[in-house]
Amino acid sequence: MRQEKRSFHIGTLILSALAVLSLPVFIIRYVSGLGAISNLSDGRPWGFWISFDLYCGVALAAGGFTLAAVVYIFNLKKYHPVVRPAVLTAFLGYLLVIFALLVDVGQPWYIWHVIINWNIHSPLFEVAVCVMTYTAVLALEFSPALFERLNWHVPLRIIRAIQIPLVITGVVLSTLHQSSLGTMLLMMPETLNALWYTPILPLLFLNSAIAVGLAMVIFETTLSTRAFGHKLSLDILSGLGRVIPYVLGIYLLLKLVDLGVSGELGLVFTAYPENLLWWAEMIIGVILPIILFSMPTIRQSRKGVFWSAVLVILGLIFNRFNASMLALAMRPGYTYYPHWMEIAISLGLVAIALIVFQIAVRLLPVVHLEESEEKKLERITPDKGVSAEVTNV
Amino acid sequence: MELNRRDFLKLSGASVGGLVLIGLPPPNPKSDLSPSSVADGVEKGVLYDVSKCVGCRACQVACKSWNKLPPDSFGYGGIYENPSELSAKTFTLIKAKEFEINGNKELLFTKYQCMHCKIPACVNACLVGALQKTAEGPVVYDDSKCIGCRYCMVACPFGVPAFEWEKPLPWIRKCTFCVDRLGEGLEPACVAACPAGALKFGNPDDLIAEARERIAAEPEKYIDHIYGEKELGGTSWLYLSPVPFEELGFPILDTEPVIVDVERAMGAVLPMLFGVAAAMTGVYWLIQRRQKRKG
Repeated sequence: MRQEKRSFHIGTLILSALAVLSLPVFIIRYVSGLGAISNLSDGRPWGFWISFDLYCGVALAAGGFTLAAVVYIFNLKKYHPVVRPAVLTAFLGYLLVIFALLVDVGQPWYIWHVIINWNIHSPLFEVAVCVMTYTAVLALEFSPALFERLNWHVPLRIIRAIQIPLVITGVVLSTLHQSSLGTMLLMMPETLNALWYTPILPLLFLNSAIAVGLAMVIFETTLSTRAFGHKLSLDILSGLGRVIPYVLGIYLLLKLVDLGVSGELGLVFTAYPENLLWWAEMIIGVILPIILFSMPTIRQSRKGVFWSAVLVILGLIFNRFNASMLALAMRPGYTYYPHWMEIAISLGLVAIALIVFQIAVRLLPVVHLEESEEKKLERITPDKGVSAEVTNV
Repeated sequence: MELNRRDFLKLSGASVGGLVLIGLPPPNPKSDLSPSSVADGVEKGVLYDVSKCVGCRACQVACKSWNKLPPDSFGYGGIYENPSELSAKTFTLIKAKEFEINGNKELLFTKYQCMHCKIPACVNACLVGALQKTAEGPVVYDDSKCIGCRYCMVACPFGVPAFEWEKPLPWIRKCTFCVDRLGEGLEPACVAACPAGALKFGNPDDLIAEARERIAAEPEKYIDHIYGEKELGGTSWLYLSPVPFEELGFPILDTEPVIVDVERAMGAVLPMLFGVAAAMTGVYWLIQRRQKRKG
């Protein structure tokens, strides 16, 4: 127990260091321009930030809308304890996306131009509208945690009253947003490799986002409950894991049928070296998780569920990097590898998000186990330290 | 004068607001479309004949001079390509490549600039509508709308729009088709400067007809392909060449405009919005009703 507490502090220290170290890089970017801190060029105008912060960030935030739908629309009360962490992660994830875009966009002080100059034909316009509105929805969805803490009854009652419309709005916006990131890549039929380019890319992006949303909930609740000494019933985690093979199964089927119909299935073997990327993302993020999550022995073990979820997440990160960078042809005569300062910015933002998450979990009722759940836990885990932690928080 | 609290608050609010306004970089009102821009509704194009180009780069110089572009850094293209790529400081560029034609080694030159697509990816991509296709042909750019997201650069199948990477207040830069010269009844600067007759300015239909005549007159001199006539739905700039275009370094492109799949997906947005909203409401209602009956 003591060891766990110490490692937690070291973790916070590392996160703080990353956050502080990124600060000078932010300053250089606004004083000297994007060229000073990045290896981006006319040949590779979008790089690490778009692939990691935007493409992975939005997909990894999908736990918010997936869980909100599961609990409030499908009324599966069992998952209620994990909704708030999922919504908080999504909210912080979207804030991270916004801050990353304020670095990546050339003239962030004119970002409000999007509000007055609409090009409704642009997929990026759809993305921008979804980012703005869904971040607001997530803030409202999470606001009860704050109001409960402050004992503000009136706003709490208002949010409770509009909760269902709010959740439905969130699901609608997420559906549009996750798919619109795929639509954005449809603009590049000539430069995006045929293994990834398909007219159904928006659908594939939505589908994989739902799978990774579930995996993210497993991932982050396992980590946060461990860090704070809680233990979530395994039933919740394995229940989420049970659904993943179905979601990924549909994804696998869509991918294969799509390649088959367009007569490009052979590329899986011939399109060297891109096919290696394709196989890697499919094996790590789709095929292995389908097998693992289908095995009852894996679902019965916390470690099994956790590491299988990690595979889904890694596979998705791989997929988004492939589709938005590695399989997207550069202009001839250019090369690109991320500058360390590009990575420093992203790591700094992630570190800040994780620190805020920790603070929020400490100060606000985020990881709230129901009364009966706590009692049950005390019975299951005789470790006094753990139960003491639970009652403390 | 006595300041009461309210006045003080007002004053400080106004000064903070003023400081914020002053602190913001001044808006750059520069747009390719100026009062002198062409707006006669007559479509314009340029035909470039690779076989006629002598590689003098007068077009490059004229372009720099008309658009008041700063000097660019040297590339690695040797003596014939300088700089080596299009950039925010170089809107047009001559590239050279050695070929063996009828047993003779020959140097062929190719001019690069914005192709001014008829259905441009960049215009569709730009979320704030800073890029526009004019009725006359030029694809023009407006600083005052741009936010610097660079989606136009990613989307362009010809790899043309460039970004001012080294500037803290960067804009997108690319060939303007000299839209401001066209309004004065002038040809684009590069066309006017060409001493070899490799560039011809005119109506795209007339230019295609002329290109066909040139191919028919000297079929051994040209390959039977007018690049830009059908590529991606057509471009306002057209190319003739003695060797296949992919050998010159041009991308082999479909005749279908790049925006077809995007438009279809964007058309599904509203139906999807209402569909998902209705489905979620329906599911919620059904499940609530079932549980009420049960319990």
